[in-house]
Amino acid sequence: MKKQKSALLALPMAIWLLVFVLIPIGVIVYYGVTVTGPDGNLVFSLSNFARFADETYLKVFLRSIKIALYATVICLVLGYPVAYICARGTERFRTIVMLLLMLPMWMNFLLRTYAWLSILENSGLVNRILGQFGIERIQFLYSEGSVIFGTVYNFLPFMILPIQNVLLKMDDSLLEAAYDLGATPVQRFLRIVVPFSVPGVISGITMTFVPSVTTFVVSQLMGGGKVPLVGDIIERQFRVVSDWHFGSAVSVIVMIVIISMMVLMNKVDKSDVDERGVIL
Amino acid sequence: MKKTSVLGKIYVGLIVAFLQLPILCLIVYSFNESKSRAVWQGFSLKWYQALFQDSEMITSLGTTLLCAFLAAIISTIIATVAAIGMNSMRRFTSTSIMTVAYIPMLNADIVTGVSLLILFTMLKMELGFATLLLSHITFCIPYVLFSVMPKIRQFDYSKFEAALDLGATPGLAMRKIMIPDIMPGIVSGFFMALTLSIDDFIVSFFTTGNGVQNLSIKIYTMAKRGISPTINALSTIMYLVILAILLYTNLRSMNQDKQKNRKGTN
Repeated sequence: MKKQKSALLALPMAIWLLVFVLIPIGVIVYYGVTVTGPDGNLVFSLSNFARFADETYLKVFLRSIKIALYATVICLVLGYPVAYICARGTERFRTIVMLLLMLPMWMNFLLRTYAWLSILENSGLVNRILGQFGIERIQFLYSEGSVIFGTVYNFLPFMILPIQNVLLKMDDSLLEAAYDLGATPVQRFLRIVVPFSVPGVISGITMTFVPSVTTFVVSQLMGGGKVPLVGDIIERQFRVVSDWHFGSAVSVIVMIVIISMMVLMNKVDKSDVDERGVIL
Repeated sequence: MKKTSVLGKIYVGLIVAFLQLPILCLIVYSFNESKSRAVWQGFSLKWYQALFQDSEMITSLGTTLLCAFLAAIISTIIATVAAIGMNSMRRFTSTSIMTVAYIPMLNADIVTGVSLLILFTMLKMELGFATLLLSHITFCIPYVLFSVMPKIRQFDYSKFEAALDLGATPGLAMRKIMIPDIMPGIVSGFFMALTLSIDDFIVSFFTTGNGVQNLSIKIYTMAKRGISPTINALSTIMYLVILAILLYTNLRSMNQDKQKNRKGTN
């Protein structure tokens, strides 16, 4: 095969990525560091970023990170045992569980969240059942807790799947060797299973944390607009108040947070660049 | 492989129930006589009837499916062809391209959405089906690429060269030798693209306009006013179709495995 000629096959995609991935990111940075001057031209300014340093915005930003952290930790705690049990179970058991885990993911994301509203709202299913027992209504929705709940619900499968995939590759003989050498079940779990699953845990954390930080659907539905997140700020700038420059600046900040998190996470993950196939 | 303990089964069962619960509620209430989301007033199929008369809903379903299939087909072709080409590049070049392709996977959907919105506006493109499709192809490409690339890395090039030595043209050798070998990667990439496109809301929200609505956006606009039970009826139909497809493919592959095992023991 002629090498240079076949490399040209990658050209359409390379152009596509340039136009629809790299240039848009350049444009968003450009919008973030400019404002419309008095003569209508764009002039360089860092005022968009300065505006974000305001207390109201910082509070929303910190809240987003807090909610996403809580949701990610809960997903990890709930999801890890599922991944472990499935990976160690029979193939039949695993196939059935994975099918059931995938099913809700095929349903529309908004519908899944919306369905919880009818269960948890004040006149919803749970409160009706409680009412039968003479228990007073409980306000479940429109709090930070309900936003965390909705986030966990939506992103839990994304935590389970990558961990399970990694644990499946683990060789049973590793555990047997540890057993022969006198390791207790707890030691075997902590010294062999956990370190082995690190790459899966990292991709699970990324796949739950990033969408949790920036969601505005969950916060609008489960939080009823009372618990705005950083995604809501961006959405407002583009859809309601049309301040694209400020919206871009906030997007750039979100992007920087995500990238620094990735770099940090990959420091923990010791698998090499070739295995992952990407720099970063 | 060990048998799963009862305790383990109960735990996994609870998590699965938690994930399925709201969907079961949607299904039950799609057969409810009343419009209420909480009170059961008897069995009825009227929301199914209403669904087929709701032309707006049918149109948005059509938009979702058309966009998903086009985005999945186009992104699969672009990414597969590129993956074949990238394999003969220098390591550094191909890793750089992979890193750029990784961005939409990694980046928050909302950032992808607004950055494309600004791009389309600067290019003076009118928001609508075309911009929606371009955006969907963009976020689908990486998933296909990352699904096909490992298969190509595993592909044994000496088979390809053997075909050339036996007189096959490069095109024929690719069709007959290489493509069948990497097919599992292509198929799973295609289905992943399809799923992502059907499920997407955030990118679509920023990149469509002029009344072009896919199902997600339709549901979002409805959610603010109160969702009509017709959407429950639609979800029930979608759920059953997906369940049937998944059961069919899984049972088939299980049967194939069994047959293989039998052959192996004979």
